[in-house]
Amino acid sequence: MPTVVLSSGSAVQQFTAGQTEFEVEATTFRRLILELERRFPGLGKQVEESMAIAIDGEIFQDAYSAELKPGSEIYLIPKIGGG
Amino acid sequence: MNYIDSSLKVVGTRPIRPDGVDKVTGRAVFAADTRASGMLWGKVLRSPHAHARIVSIDTTKAAALKGVFAVVSGVDFPEIASEEAFVGEGPMNFRDLSLNCMARDKVLYEGHALAAVAASTQAIADEALALIEVTYEVLPHVIDVEDAMAPGAPVLHADMFTSGVSPKPEKPSNIAKVVTFKKGDVEAGFKEADVIVEGSYTTQPVHQAYIEPHACLASYAPDGQVQIHTSTQGHFMVRAYTAKLLGISMSNIRVNPAEIGGGFGGKTLVYLEPVAVTLSRKSGRSVKMQMTREDVFRASGPTSGAAMTVKIGAKKDGTIVAAQQVLKFQAGAFPGSPIGPGCMCGFAMYDLPNVDVVGYDVVSNRPKVAAYRAPGAPITSFAVESLMDELAIKLGIDALTLREMNAAKNGTKTHYGPVHQNIGFTAVLDAVKSHPHWKSPLKEGHGRGLATGFWFNIGGESSAQVHVNEDGTVTAATGSPDIGGSRASIGMMVAEVLGVPATAVRTIVADTASIGFTFLTGGSRVTFATGMAATQAAEKVVEDLKRRAAQTWDIPVEAVEWKDGMAYPAGSNAGAFEPLDLAALALKAGRTGGPILAEVSVNAQGAGPGFGAHICDVSVDKETGHVKIERYTAIQDVGKAIHPSYVEGQIQGGAAQGIGWALSEEYIYNTKGQMENAGFLDYRVPVASDMPMIEAVLVEVPNPRHPFGARGVGEVPIIPPMAAIANAIRSATGLRMPDLPMSPPKIRAALDAAG
Amino acid sequence: MAKTYVSATINGESAEFLCETQQTLLDVLRDVIGLTGSKEGCGSGDCGACSVIVDDRLVCSCLMLGVEAEGKSITTIEGIANGDTLHPIQQKFLEYAALQCGFCTPGLIVATKALLDENPNPTETEARYWLAGNLCRCTGYDKVIRAVMDVAADMRGETVA
Repeated sequence: MPTVVLSSGSAVQQFTAGQTEFEVEATTFRRLILELERRFPGLGKQVEESMAIAIDGEIFQDAYSAELKPGSEIYLIPKIGGG
Repeated sequence: MNYIDSSLKVVGTRPIRPDGVDKVTGRAVFAADTRASGMLWGKVLRSPHAHARIVSIDTTKAAALKGVFAVVSGVDFPEIASEEAFVGEGPMNFRDLSLNCMARDKVLYEGHALAAVAASTQAIADEALALIEVTYEVLPHVIDVEDAMAPGAPVLHADMFTSGVSPKPEKPSNIAKVVTFKKGDVEAGFKEADVIVEGSYTTQPVHQAYIEPHACLASYAPDGQVQIHTSTQGHFMVRAYTAKLLGISMSNIRVNPAEIGGGFGGKTLVYLEPVAVTLSRKSGRSVKMQMTREDVFRASGPTSGAAMTVKIGAKKDGTIVAAQQVLKFQAGAFPGSPIGPGCMCGFAMYDLPNVDVVGYDVVSNRPKVAAYRAPGAPITSFAVESLMDELAIKLGIDALTLREMNAAKNGTKTHYGPVHQNIGFTAVLDAVKSHPHWKSPLKEGHGRGLATGFWFNIGGESSAQVHVNEDGTVTAATGSPDIGGSRASIGMMVAEVLGVPATAVRTIVADTASIGFTFLTGGSRVTFATGMAATQAAEKVVEDLKRRAAQTWDIPVEAVEWKDGMAYPAGSNAGAFEPLDLAALALKAGRTGGPILAEVSVNAQGAGPGFGAHICDVSVDKETGHVKIERYTAIQDVGKAIHPSYVEGQIQGGAAQGIGWALSEEYIYNTKGQMENAGFLDYRVPVASDMPMIEAVLVEVPNPRHPFGARGVGEVPIIPPMAAIANAIRSATGLRMPDLPMSPPKIRAALDAAG
Repeated sequence: MAKTYVSATINGESAEFLCETQQTLLDVLRDVIGLTGSKEGCGSGDCGACSVIVDDRLVCSCLMLGVEAEGKSITTIEGIANGDTLHPIQQKFLEYAALQCGFCTPGLIVATKALLDENPNPTETEARYWLAGNLCRCTGYDKVIRAVMDVAADMRGETVA
């Protein structure tokens, strides 16, 4: 199962009662969101709407097409804009 | 297709930009240059108080003045639910944005808009503003970030409870959120350290100071259709925000991007557009609005000021074993400082086993911050790169060697999660080492500083069209406002793919109704993402042209080759035909399938991060405290320079802005919370006589995710200057200047204190 | 409000206009005459985006009243090129990529013209001090100064390395 790491405390750990690392059963980003929402109500929505994710080292601002593998490491980080 | 290893004819050359002649002759049409039939002038009434309750607004006398056609205030704007979305340059709460455009119950900073008028002349509009009667209940205010965090500070928003901490706080505060990033075990790391250095640093808010003030022209027609001409980094963003704030459907809003006179992140919000549309709806006339320079300073967003502490622990040999940072970013009147990137960028240049970063997003009675070039990174890097210099001194290791030893490389895992891939930081540091500036002996009395910087760069959504006109010339249209030469770079990529000279392609910026959604110009994304879309559109056109040639010659499309802007039969087996150029194919377009064009929309991923290193020599006048930049070299990995002159220009301009941030730019507030230097005379941006030449050195480590290897280049160059200059001052005088700006009075005071 | 009749020469042609007494020359150029090449960046004479030449003197048109133009000869950015032939300063700015957003460019070109009219052989320092009244936030001035030095040499009939 892929591992999710909450590297940002920004409005995220409040959903997980302080838990910062856990495994989720998901093979796609969409499933990941649904699973996060099921386990930690509000977190899936938060991730989908205002966060970027890094899957196995690469940042995806929009990750619907990204593939999650067993053992994938998923970081939830703030979205990045710029000047 | 990928052209990284191809021999290129257009990309990498320096043609004259397609919009150049318009800009040197005064023809270019900026937002304030537009007019409309029956046009009125809109002006805004702004709060003189830093924090006050609005008891009443009486607009009767203003509305009765001859020549006034509309007066609006908070009651004319819909109430917006607190809803966060990512449309512009960061998470945006629409209610906050609405309140920032037009205050309702409270004004939260001096300059906050609370009413507006539309009148037949500017003079009448000014007169009407003076007739609006406002009763305020003045409230205690707070300006500085640490004061705003202190217990007992005046609270700006009674409904704001710090997020990111548990349990949820019981009382509201000015701390909007707390962000944490952890890697490894920082306490264990510090125990292993032979040497530990610590420092506290502050930076001031600085304004993007684009020379063109915000301006727009809006028209609301009786059928509900809205036209907006405006100066913006993202016309789709203006459409989305205006629609959301005013409850208008997007299909009824058409936004035309005017030429934009600088933005640097500052034109990624709306200030005037929703107000102008509301005035137009109420008056039934077109309304033009433009900010004065004072308005720009008092009411539009600078970037955050900050208070920071940093601690770094290292082994005797220079290996860093632990790094810790606390960042307090001032967000202005509403949450949304670049605290996230601030927490991520400071240590991203280094390969560190144990990291702990905590960031605070803090509101106070100042204008809401907006993005400014690499938002957050210059602030955090000033602290980290100043302390790295102290570490080098303490260890007796050369500043470059210390950075080389700890530099992030391919495969380095950052403290916020992602792993660096295909980065060019080592190549940048190699370029420092071999540069004549770094090798040259220091002149008597001069000091030399080195600092580095990192920015993610972004991709995102972009649309581009390529049309072959009836005569075989080419038009490329994109949805990206051209802020510094992107029409040139995009046209060049299209020309390269089509095999025609750069001059054969005209690039334009299409309005919101004429091209697919395109995210705004920012984050150094346009040449990367919009360039990718345009390249793919040009490739589709080439495929189509080959098909048309095959049809003309009645041979299989596989037997057609595209070279130097012409279709050729591929080898003698394909047949003996004269090549067909774009003009010949365009002439017969009607017989081979109709108009020749392609549109491609992408959500570009894989923007390669950028790294830079700046070398700076200064001299310090001990009488006056004036710091003179004697020599400046900016080295950066740009992936592939599409138009090297404009890449150099980005680097030189970013460095110059950093020099202003370092030495002279700051907001000066009086005890009432009013800004005392809201003009270019007293808010001192660098002028030509302050600057040396800035040597821009382009290192090219291709980004494999872009067809030509490009990386964003616009953000990185503003990151290193502050620390590079502080480190040079340290080298010249022995003084560590931890507080920006390092202006003459501060240098004098530090010299006096040092005796 | 009663308007004042003003007769002046603008870009070599005689121009007559009515203006209110409080209107600046910049407002007159942009809003009355329709020459929008001169830009308003500050309205207080600090940025130089509105630079024009009035009887051989470089002036911020936001600091001069429209009525003061009476009898004067004014050159704006629209009068720098010779018909469809760019002035060498304009050409050099393009070749050197001495502009990014282009908003300060009209003022910089007018100011450069005034500099070279007065001093055809400026040192880099002289050029930098002359142009210190023209803010540019995009370029860092590097390419601007290179363009100015090079066009000065060209106009003197020299070439610089």
